[in-house]
Amino acid sequence: MTTQWFGEAVERREDRRLLAGAGRFLDDAGHDALGVAFVRSPHAHARVIGVDVADALDIDGLVAIYTWDDLPGRLADPLPLLIPHPDLTQPRTQYALARGEVNHVGEPVAMVVAADRYIAEDVAERVVVDYEPLPAVVGIGAARAAEHLVHPDVPGNVAAVTTQELGDARTALAAAPRVLEFDLAMERSLSSPLEGRGVHARWDPDDQRLRIRTSTQTSTGVRAAVANIFGLPDVAVEVVTPDVGGGFGTKVVHPYPEEVLVPWAARTLGREVKWVEDRYEHFVSATHERGQEHHVRVGFDDDGTILGMEVEFWHDTGAYTPYGIVLPIITATQLPGPYRHRHYRVTFTSLYTNTVTCTPYRGAGRPQGCFVMERTMDRIAEELGLDRAEVRARNLIGPDEFPYDFDMVFQDGRPLIYDSGNYPAVLERLRDLVGWDGFGAERDAAAAEGRHLGIGLACYVEGTGVGPYEGAHVHVETNGRVMVATGLTSQGQGHETVFAQIVADELGVDVGNVFVTTGDTRRFPYAVGTYASRAAVMSGNAVALAARQVRAKAIRIAAEALEAAPDDLDIESGVVHVRGAPSRGIPLAQVAVLSNPLRYAFSKEAQAATQFAAPPDPDVPPVPDDEEPGLEARDYYSPVRSTFASGMHAAVVEVDPDTGNVDVLRYAVVHDCGPLINPMIVEGQIHGGVAQGVAGALYERLAYDGAGNLTNASFMDFLMPYLSEVPTPVVGHVETPSPLNPLGIKGAGEAGVIPGSACLAAAIEDAVGVRIDRMPVSPPELWALLGEGAAS
Amino acid sequence: MKPPPFVYHRPASVEEATRLLAELRDEAKIVAGGQSLVPLLNFRLAAPAHLVDINGITGLDRLGWADGAVEVGATVRHSRLLREREVAAAHPLLVEATGWIAHPVIRNRGTVCGSLAHADPAAELPAVLALLDGGVEAVSWRGGSQASRRVPAAELFAGPLQTTLEVDELVVAAYFPTLAAGTGWAVEELARRHGDYALAGIVLTVTVDGEGKPTSGRAAYLSCAPTPVVVDIGPALGGGGGGAGSATVYDLVASSLDPTDDIHATAVYRRHLAATLTVRALDRALSRARTGTQPPQPELAAVSDAMAAPTAASSDGGAER
Amino acid sequence: MSPNPRTSSPADLHEVVVTVNGVTRSARVPARRLLSDMLRHDLRLTGTHVGCEHGVCGACTVLLEGEPIRSCLTFAVMVDGARITTVEGLAGPDGELGPVQRAFRECHGLQCGFCTPGFLLLTTELLSRSPEPADDEIVDALGGNLCRCTGYVNIVRSVRRAAELAREQPS
Repeated sequence: MTTQWFGEAVERREDRRLLAGAGRFLDDAGHDALGVAFVRSPHAHARVIGVDVADALDIDGLVAIYTWDDLPGRLADPLPLLIPHPDLTQPRTQYALARGEVNHVGEPVAMVVAADRYIAEDVAERVVVDYEPLPAVVGIGAARAAEHLVHPDVPGNVAAVTTQELGDARTALAAAPRVLEFDLAMERSLSSPLEGRGVHARWDPDDQRLRIRTSTQTSTGVRAAVANIFGLPDVAVEVVTPDVGGGFGTKVVHPYPEEVLVPWAARTLGREVKWVEDRYEHFVSATHERGQEHHVRVGFDDDGTILGMEVEFWHDTGAYTPYGIVLPIITATQLPGPYRHRHYRVTFTSLYTNTVTCTPYRGAGRPQGCFVMERTMDRIAEELGLDRAEVRARNLIGPDEFPYDFDMVFQDGRPLIYDSGNYPAVLERLRDLVGWDGFGAERDAAAAEGRHLGIGLACYVEGTGVGPYEGAHVHVETNGRVMVATGLTSQGQGHETVFAQIVADELGVDVGNVFVTTGDTRRFPYAVGTYASRAAVMSGNAVALAARQVRAKAIRIAAEALEAAPDDLDIESGVVHVRGAPSRGIPLAQVAVLSNPLRYAFSKEAQAATQFAAPPDPDVPPVPDDEEPGLEARDYYSPVRSTFASGMHAAVVEVDPDTGNVDVLRYAVVHDCGPLINPMIVEGQIHGGVAQGVAGALYERLAYDGAGNLTNASFMDFLMPYLSEVPTPVVGHVETPSPLNPLGIKGAGEAGVIPGSACLAAAIEDAVGVRIDRMPVSPPELWALLGEGAAS
Repeated sequence: MKPPPFVYHRPASVEEATRLLAELRDEAKIVAGGQSLVPLLNFRLAAPAHLVDINGITGLDRLGWADGAVEVGATVRHSRLLREREVAAAHPLLVEATGWIAHPVIRNRGTVCGSLAHADPAAELPAVLALLDGGVEAVSWRGGSQASRRVPAAELFAGPLQTTLEVDELVVAAYFPTLAAGTGWAVEELARRHGDYALAGIVLTVTVDGEGKPTSGRAAYLSCAPTPVVVDIGPALGGGGGGAGSATVYDLVASSLDPTDDIHATAVYRRHLAATLTVRALDRALSRARTGTQPPQPELAAVSDAMAAPTAASSDGGAER
Repeated sequence: MSPNPRTSSPADLHEVVVTVNGVTRSARVPARRLLSDMLRHDLRLTGTHVGCEHGVCGACTVLLEGEPIRSCLTFAVMVDGARITTVEGLAGPDGELGPVQRAFRECHGLQCGFCTPGFLLLTTELLSRSPEPADDEIVDALGGNLCRCTGYVNIVRSVRRAAELAREQPS
């Protein structure tokens, strides 16, 4: 099959409505809905003694105030533990509204429903909560010391301890000629999409349906949880994901308390209810990520070959563990990177703190793992006086060494086995793209002008396309439109375009005639969600498989109608025709008509499917046993395991040692996600990821004080980069197809962010010779490090 | 983050405004651009019962020259200062400092006098006013008639976001003395992001004699203290200025400042940064001084009065109702 | 005229009349209604978005008398009588996308689309006063709006392309 749309930079189908200001984001509908605000804890850790609403009751426009005591049945239980794990011996999830205690600033205590959000906030201000503050546990150090506990029945604040091992690292380390041991750390950050969260619900009494719109990354996840908690039949709960203004991970955890409370209020009040998160709420109640501390021991020989590695790390999971220990598992299993490890041991402890819960933020534990591995490679190179790219080259898994089995369990519960890649080719391309080999001269020339330039690089692998599955429904309607539905969601990745491209190629139709719906449980109820760089692989393959079934059926039906052999038929521009004889053909629209035997023709074209239109085979029923009416099919793609994308980044920075200021002069990316469905969209994902990687290295940290107050809960003080802070990366591609899925593709969504901190730390060190072992690093911090370095 | 409720007033004259303020006193806040006030209201960090919108008052949009100073009326937006080239020619220091304020979108609404009355120690214009020994004119309604007083910069800023203005006073104009001949100037800031409040910033003037030797210099600092700090750097300029005296300038500034820690920078760093930026600013200011700055020409003053009248294209938010 | 402080209340509604995209619109709103909320909920022009309500992200950017402002930092009552342009005003009379919009589509200058209306209006205003903007002008004009998806690279390309398309357009 020749492809026409796959690989093309097709302009996006989403764009017309978004550019015209006609997007349908959560708050764009439901103008008559009641507004919601929450009374949220101002304390990081406290008992809730009582909630006094007396002073709020006379506000005009108040409809209701709810606390945990009002919640019936399962709504009063802790929210679900989404991903259990045998090592997660002390899981804890929150109550939808605080039950007697709060464990982070921002935890919801009471829900106010009022005529609009303005009034709801007026009411919330007047609700008086009697708190008894308790000591707050903030930061990994305090959690480990466990002088105080977050949860009184969780000893040592330990949610889980896990060890995974390949080979025998300790023996290998003991025998290694050289060993380095050091500590590293990464600080907390968050997804911070430009559109916050939101939930809009109404109970339709006529249809007995609970209709929910929520700015989520998993509509089926929300639906299942809500149906279960409310004791409703699945079919009675509809979850539709609207246009979403970015997710970046934080919108995949579910159900957020608001996702059950708002629908419950809608049902209880018999009114449409809508909650739209504001920016402050997002900082203190949408999930965070990244905070970890690491201790590394690596053994190597004089050539820089890694002989053994042991990493112990501590993961700050925040107040609760709805997402289990998936994040540190990802760090642990992605840390090895593209290198030929034979002995690798990793142990992590997931610790509770009185801060917002941590769940995946783009990269999801990989940036930390990459930081550890790449700083280790740099240390080895430094110790031996070797070129940092050369040391990496010596350790890279070769293109003929796949599959490479790490003898560990990945975040999908399946074996960690790298399936494909060509790391040496990526490295060579990167060296070329960034000017690695000639950089020494560049640095010297700058030094002659009194400028401090440095270069760094970092490599990563990324397990993408995790299961368990995604599915798709492809339906050619009698009007010729191809309607496609898949259950996962979209937050700007261009799914409506990319999946249309795939289906258009499979079916031989124009991409403009394919209409894709995502994230609507009414259209496709079996799905998992959009996260972990999986959507293209999972739904891309699912729509392809479903489209192939439709194609096969169309050819079967057309063959009969044209009295031709199926093998002699092609589909081009929406017409099934005999190869070489384009006039002997039937449009797919008509094939769709024929696929559904009719008694009553609803149009002139439909007459062709009625009982007297053509003589039937008297021994075969109108719909044969193994067939169904309609030109449609449903299919699923379920991977045996993840497929591994990879890439390498390099950066050139200039450091001003007098101010600690860092400018990124050059940023290069070489990226392998297999064949590209839409190169323009992939490049856009890389640009966005790089921006978050640079941001995470130089600007973004969440600053909790010792009492657990988030001191920078606004865009003024949490420094997301503007245009001037983000470099324009040069991007190169290598393509190693995946052997694991029919389309041979790999995920691309998170790659841009993964090595940012690692390669910038390396570049800064190269520029000014000071050890960077903790990220992000700000100018004042860098200046202080330089001062210490000068002093020592 | 919705603002709390308030009663809205839009007086049409200064008299009406001051009579309102005399009655409402600390229950009222004045709004012109709103770029500093509205975020406070949206965060519910402030909850004034009354808001007095002065954008409807005619005559507060004057931008001109009088007695060796640029006069800026209360409803003049930052963007207007940047747009009117005669102002740039007359007072390049004021115009450059204004260009450092936030982003164009904020400057389209924010006002010069509003920034001064807001008294954020991280803001540019309070430091400029202090550096130049400028002042504001504040009016009030007292004892049945309009009262007016000049408040010099040195007496205006009381603390972070605090001025010595009384609750019933309205700033109607600010005065920025222009620079004498032979005076150079510079503005230096280091911010984390383009348009952010500076980690530390400096506005500086230096005067040279006929041979180009510095005879005096002053610097005012942003983000280094609860109010703008003015430092006389003259004593450190004796040795010919520039390179030779740099260490002395650095030390003088470092010993004159006592900043605090916050989440963006340590006190130690701020002190060092301010001193470092001073050395850089001094270099630029000296080369400007040596090539000569022009005082405003008398005929420009006439042109600026005509420019001061509101035009249809101005964004004074409906000055004509 | 100012209301009498003694008899007026915060709940009083003010009639605000504005011309939005050339059409006169009005709404009765309390004084504290932000312009962003009036546009979105009272006038049902939901193309202007709200990202932070403290003036940093710029998703709420609209043109007031042709100049970009943050509608989340403006009370609707303060702009009574003004002319406002929102993203809905950028397309032609038949709904055909304008040159700035077409440029963003061509250059993949948007992903989730939430920040996009602000950038479209900033670009429109920039090109109206500087038809061939230099890089530093682009940074100055657009450098105060946040985007979380694109890394800004394609936004800048879109601006340059928009300048080309605008020049090609018959005036």
